[in-house]
Amino acid sequence: MSVQMTGAEMVVQALKDQGVDVIFGYPGGAVLPIYDAIFQQNDIRHILVRHEQAAVHMAEGYARSTGKPGCVLVTSGPGATNAVTGLTDALMDSIPLVVFSGQVPTFMIGTDGFQEADTIGITRPCTKHNWLVKDADKLAEVIHQAFHVATSGRPGPVLVDLPKDVQFATGAYTGPKAARVDHYKPQVKGDIEAITKLVELIENAERPIFYTGGGVINSGTAASQLLRELVDATGFPITSTLMGLGAYPASGKNWMGMLGMHGLYEANLAMHGCDLMINIGARFDDRITGRVSDFSPGSTKAHIDIDASSINKIVPVDLPIVGDVGHVLEDILKIWKARGRKVNKAGLAKWWGKIDEWKKVRCLAYEGSSKVIKPQYALERLEALTKGRDRYITTEVGQHQMWAAQYLGFDAPNRWMTSGGLGTMGYGFPASIGVQVAHPDALVINVAGEASWLMNMQEMGTATQFRTPVKQFILNNERLGMVRQWQDLLHGGRYSQSWSESLPDFVKLAESFGWKGIICSDPKDLDDAIMEMIEHDGPVLFDCLVEKHENCFPMIPSGKPHNEMLLSADAAAFAGGAALV
Amino acid sequence: MAALNIKKGSTSHSAYDLRDFHSDVESSHTLAVIVDNEAGVLARVIGLFSGRGYNIDSLTVAEVDHKGHRSRITIVTRGTAAVIDQIKAQLGRIVPVHEVHDLTVEGQAVERELALFKVAGTGEKRVEALRLADIFRANVVDSTLESFVFEVTGTPEKIDAFAELMRPLGLIDVARTGVAALSRGV
Ligand SMILES: Cc1ncc(C[n+]2csc(CCOP(=O)(O)OP(=O)(O)O)c2C)c(N)n1
Ligand SMILES: [Mg+2]
Repeated sequence: MSVQMTGAEMVVQALKDQGVDVIFGYPGGAVLPIYDAIFQQNDIRHILVRHEQAAVHMAEGYARSTGKPGCVLVTSGPGATNAVTGLTDALMDSIPLVVFSGQVPTFMIGTDGFQEADTIGITRPCTKHNWLVKDADKLAEVIHQAFHVATSGRPGPVLVDLPKDVQFATGAYTGPKAARVDHYKPQVKGDIEAITKLVELIENAERPIFYTGGGVINSGTAASQLLRELVDATGFPITSTLMGLGAYPASGKNWMGMLGMHGLYEANLAMHGCDLMINIGARFDDRITGRVSDFSPGSTKAHIDIDASSINKIVPVDLPIVGDVGHVLEDILKIWKARGRKVNKAGLAKWWGKIDEWKKVRCLAYEGSSKVIKPQYALERLEALTKGRDRYITTEVGQHQMWAAQYLGFDAPNRWMTSGGLGTMGYGFPASIGVQVAHPDALVINVAGEASWLMNMQEMGTATQFRTPVKQFILNNERLGMVRQWQDLLHGGRYSQSWSESLPDFVKLAESFGWKGIICSDPKDLDDAIMEMIEHDGPVLFDCLVEKHENCFPMIPSGKPHNEMLLSADAAAFAGGAALV
Repeated sequence: MAALNIKKGSTSHSAYDLRDFHSDVESSHTLAVIVDNEAGVLARVIGLFSGRGYNIDSLTVAEVDHKGHRSRITIVTRGTAAVIDQIKAQLGRIVPVHEVHDLTVEGQAVERELALFKVAGTGEKRVEALRLADIFRANVVDSTLESFVFEVTGTPEKIDAFAELMRPLGLIDVARTGVAALSRGV
């Protein structure tokens, strides 16, 4: 069954048929027909951003916090190029997005027309797939395929480029069911023989560890549930990457905290010393492995991933299992239970004894102060005062991001949105708006650094216009803190261009957009100020003036193995005795 | 704990590959990639190689199934076993890619390339060029009083050898198609 309509109407119809309720976008000449179609309906809400990069980050926040794809609409040329950072961010972190861009009319393509850019060429390496649609009769099918590709297998961003004449042209609209999608069907079931081998390894391991990542969250809430069951039933310790926080609850008894460059001492040492590593939906990123040749040298490694190209890309593994995390976990549990729920109890008890010793190092301890707010303290208070609420956290990129990962606890998936793979400053604020759009009544907080936050501050207008009561909790150290830390530790303390000069008066800035502004510099006032932020019914800009030269520890310097971790700036405290060069 | 009887280096979900993952020896592999013949598909494949720093020694492409709009891209690449595995897995991720075959692993493939050589000369050299062309079963596809265009088909090595012989005899231009390859048997 097909219905005749214009290309622009098809875009709106296809979005409705895909269950889309909101699209983030910004108009321009090459998408005016679509904006006209949006004007004439009420099913799909359009959030008008102030910069296209922010539209993509908002869609990422929306997607990450709901498990549904995020949608974006931008114009040709500059609209499309502004979206590139967001697309790359979503590709690196496997976030499903469907982005529509306007294009000059088909007969003008290649003529350097006004606001023409080779959007397909520019976005080819930063999308999972992209399409240029030159024929209105093919448009509906392409859009439905785009949703299928974005959300199947390892999720990611896709882009559909729409020349203006195609938006005006009339063609046949077909629904999602009619679209041919069978060619792109990533394998979801894992190989049973390999899964059985893994169960054997689980039964015998003396020093096992689960190392989990964003793939668990992408697989859906059922996967997180199965992970909890498996971890608790086996009694194995579990650590996670930055992207995987919340899949296993931070309050769970087997939780060891995040691993990696700024991960916890016990998590990294357990990774180094384990005899069985079970990687579930993580990708051996270089922030995780440190020096690859010394990465967990004595362990048998299993790797569960839906993307076959992730396997053996960086670390060779002994037991690869290609499949969807949820499906594979279900099979592991089934087989492990059927074989009698065996684990090596004696080995495990000894292993936990070792881990408990490592925990005694209390690697997150820091020197408190009654005079200045320590960033760690600010996050501890934020955690204490917001715990138990319907809370979502986004972050920018820098020290504050790592402290947030260390000091905030996540007990559920989809509650933690951060730019992991690309490390995009300017992500957190728009992402928080996207989360709030999806969860209007929730408490949405962006833990920010002042420098990152300025990168997309124009979105204050968006938050005001659409009444998203997002809380911007800025740990203001007046420094590009993470850059300053590296210069401190690795470049002789020569702080080249790493301070934030000429900062705005954040309270006045807030007020100028109709927000509430709060400034706090005294630890004694902090609790009241945070409560004031939480209780305000509207967006809040919280300027939290913190210690300017605090460094973030633990830290594994680039290219060092896990057992050469720095616990503080004091060289004597270098774990493993390695000195910095 | 008990050692696993699984070889390192497998990228397939069940097969436990027998090659040594850690070997640093580079070898040449001929890959056949079956793709939808749609706009930009070649750019996706080439972009993958340039973006991830893989080598392309030879690349040919043509539609082989006009009804199904399928093209066959034949790529000759070089790399360690791990890199070759990555290349195949990465190719498999491209949405319009249907199949990836490693003809080098799947069994000795038939590999052929076609080349055209323009050789200019008179007297002894011209006679010698013609004599060698005959040995290589090259066809003369164009001839003037002081030049020939030879057409040679064969393995890339045979074509290299012919080029070497023609160089002192007045070789002035070469055009090569790149490798086309098929697995032997059925
Ligand atoms: C777009 C972008 N440009 C540059 C960087 C490099 N970078 C990483 S952290 C950082 C400093 C961030 O400063 P701030 O937001 O104040 O956070 P802090 O580290 O002080 O907590 C910089 C410049 C980046 N990650 N992203
Ligand atoms: Mg800062």
